[in-house]
Amino acid sequence: MYTEKVMDHFQHPRNVGEIENASGMGTIGNAKCGDIMRIYLDIDENQIIRDVKFKTFGCGAAVATSSMATEMVKGKSVQEAMAVTNKAVMEALDGLPPVKVHCSLLAEEAIHAALWDYAAKNGIKIEGLEKPKSDIGEEAEEEDY
Amino acid sequence: MKELIYLDNAATTKTRPEVVEAMLPYFTERYGNPSSIYDFSSAPKEAVANARETIAKSIGAKTNEIYFTAGGSESDNWAIKATADAYKAKGNHIITSKIEHHAVLHTCQYLEDHGYEVTYLDVDEDGVVDLEQLKAAIRPTTILISIMFANNEIGTIEPVREIGVIAKEHGILFHTDAVQAYAHEPINVDECHIDMLSASGHKFNGPKGIGFLYIRTGVKIRSFIHGGAQERKRRAGTENVPGIVGIGKAAELAMETLAERAAKERELRDYLIKRVMAEIPYTRLNGHPTKHLSNNTNFAFRFIEGESMLIMLDGQGICGSSGSACTSGSLDPSHVLLAIGLPHEIAHGSLRLTLSEETTKEQIDFVVDSLKSIVERLRSMSPLYEDFLNKQKQ
Repeated sequence: MYTEKVMDHFQHPRNVGEIENASGMGTIGNAKCGDIMRIYLDIDENQIIRDVKFKTFGCGAAVATSSMATEMVKGKSVQEAMAVTNKAVMEALDGLPPVKVHCSLLAEEAIHAALWDYAAKNGIKIEGLEKPKSDIGEEAEEEDY
Repeated sequence: MKELIYLDNAATTKTRPEVVEAMLPYFTERYGNPSSIYDFSSAPKEAVANARETIAKSIGAKTNEIYFTAGGSESDNWAIKATADAYKAKGNHIITSKIEHHAVLHTCQYLEDHGYEVTYLDVDEDGVVDLEQLKAAIRPTTILISIMFANNEIGTIEPVREIGVIAKEHGILFHTDAVQAYAHEPINVDECHIDMLSASGHKFNGPKGIGFLYIRTGVKIRSFIHGGAQERKRRAGTENVPGIVGIGKAAELAMETLAERAAKERELRDYLIKRVMAEIPYTRLNGHPTKHLSNNTNFAFRFIEGESMLIMLDGQGICGSSGSACTSGSLDPSHVLLAIGLPHEIAHGSLRLTLSEETTKEQIDFVVDSLKSIVERLRSMSPLYEDFLNKQKQ
């Protein structure tokens, strides 16, 4: 059901991990729906994304879009990163099954959330960037098994 | 080529070669319509009668109480819709459970749109229907109780006999969806006071597209498919003779080997459970610990999502299934896992593995080894796991 590119990015995801003291971090989605993406950005003084890492809880499409999105923003300026839309990520993956299109939305939103965090920390404004719609807070339930 | 390790026998099973062998002549040689009067049609007619007898015997029923259908979903639809229709003078209330197959749940929801009232009983954390709640739900207008024999996702076997007794005491019809249990668990319709029972051929090494509905003599349910005198005028359409021969042969073989097969599956199943629970942390075993189908396991691995797990297992040649939203085609995870009280994010990480008599210990070892590294890998990518570890550090 997935394209070769999706399978490649799912099986060999690029940029998985965390960045300590990241310039910006954003988490989007919620566990209820089964998709959470977290993006870490390391941005230098020229507003270039030096490094990017992600962690994702979700299906094959969610992992693949996270991976592709990180590849697409790495080395770009924050303004250029704004052009990495869900459509662009989806096209780069040669498409997603219709039921999985919402996963590509999460990738774009997670990057925007990380950029928002970076902008807020540094007191700058990124053109066209809006406050992220949703962010997950603390997990409500902790159970022991 | 990679070896295929098929652990999705609750989804469907391999048709046994003996079953295929038995079916073949009814396509090419004995293809006559059983309704025709010439001698050429006596062989298919007799084959249908024999299959009916085999199946009737297998559940302690009479031959004229077995009606062939196209499968489990049709049997469930027929039992519920036709009962609702036939007994509407008596009442409009149906009792079922929250963990039924969609063939029952969606049929009940359809009836709700048409003036019927339905009570959906809760289950406990093991998936067992609450009998006190059942008794309390009974009204003078209750016409049907429909509770599954065993659950298709978590394998829990329901207290069918007790439910049958309650139904009988109150003069209410009792239907059970036995699609997962028939030919895997011994069933006697009289002992359990079952009035209607649904089963499907492909769940016990028979062909797809054939099933049956047992209807106790005296239950006045009507024709579901109109247009002919087949199946005692209750289910029109030329008989699927090869399918009927196939389900008959599959039932015969399955009943002969039932105890031995169940014991073998249970032993390997217990071994699988023991290894997984010992070697993969933060895992929950779903379903009742003892009242359980012999070939079913259902785990929930925390912090990871089911579809990712299935794709990675598929990469190793392993077939399983999950109750995650991505695999259910909706945004919600399995209704069964939610009904037993699992939070959404844990229900998304469920994995069902269902064994067959062909499953080997070597396969189970390979599956557990693969699963360990897959779960570990997905957790290393999971923000939920990261948060969990950070919280533990604090």
